[in-house]
Amino acid sequence: MEITVRGLWTMIHGMGFGALYLMACSGALVELYRRYRSPLGSETKEEDERFLRIYLTAMAVLAWLTVLTGAYIIYPWYRAVPPPGTASLAAFPQRLLMSSPSTAAWHSIGMEWKEYVAWLVPISITMAAAVFSQYRRSLRIHPELRAAVLGFVCASLLAAGIAGFFGVMLNKNAPVAGGPTIHIVQGEQK
Amino acid sequence: MSNQSTSSTPQAKLNPNGAGAAAVLAAGIGSFLVAVFAILADKAASIKSLMNFYNPTGPLSGVTTCAIVGWLAVWALLHWRWSWRNVEVRRVTAAAFILLFLSLLLTFPPIADLF
Repeated sequence: MEITVRGLWTMIHGMGFGALYLMACSGALVELYRRYRSPLGSETKEEDERFLRIYLTAMAVLAWLTVLTGAYIIYPWYRAVPPPGTASLAAFPQRLLMSSPSTAAWHSIGMEWKEYVAWLVPISITMAAAVFSQYRRSLRIHPELRAAVLGFVCASLLAAGIAGFFGVMLNKNAPVAGGPTIHIVQGEQK
Repeated sequence: MSNQSTSSTPQAKLNPNGAGAAAVLAAGIGSFLVAVFAILADKAASIKSLMNFYNPTGPLSGVTTCAIVGWLAVWALLHWRWSWRNVEVRRVTAAAFILLFLSLLLTFPPIADLF
């Protein structure tokens, strides 16, 4: 069992940061909704507030790690230009996708949407974490701000979902692979 | 979207909504900047080369860096102007949601290609 360095980084970016963000996002939405639909008088504990503050901040960190690893580590491998005369495009995912009409739209629509829409995620969740950290319990008396936080977290889930879906499909059609190989387990030959 | 109070409760006066409104509107503007810079870099070759801050990543590096810097600058400015007052937050959040919705639409290549 082995994996290439590029494959490992793609896994860290998509499954480590991106998928974890998507899972965390649904948890945050449920918690924010549950918290603010209860009557105005019902008190929330200080440790619950602290937990949600740390949770949203961790989500913001995850979102930034996802877009930064995507843009500055994986994307350069994805868009690398093959030297003239290259026979196999396997190590050049963008060119591989564009070389066939049946896969070209994965790049021209999928990657071109993903590379920009993904940046709405850290912007939205950083705002949500900042507003929640600033107002904490007093967010109850600001219904419009609460609605804005919920709305932006929903939008971040949508944007992360779009980026995640295209990330998976791009990697299925033209995986980012190559670089040194890491041997994980030596299997038995049968 | 000025200093008109939306809430007259004593708690709201003690804890004005301006700082939150500044963060919300700035997030809408920041998202919109991502879409605007992406379209500009796609349509004009001169802007595309200007946005090439880091060659391996290409124009994506400049587009996102400019949008993030713009977002943080707008946030700082709005926070400075609004943080100690109550603003008409309903209009501010409506504007932010419209900008966010437009950003989702304008980053979609078939729509971006209409420009």
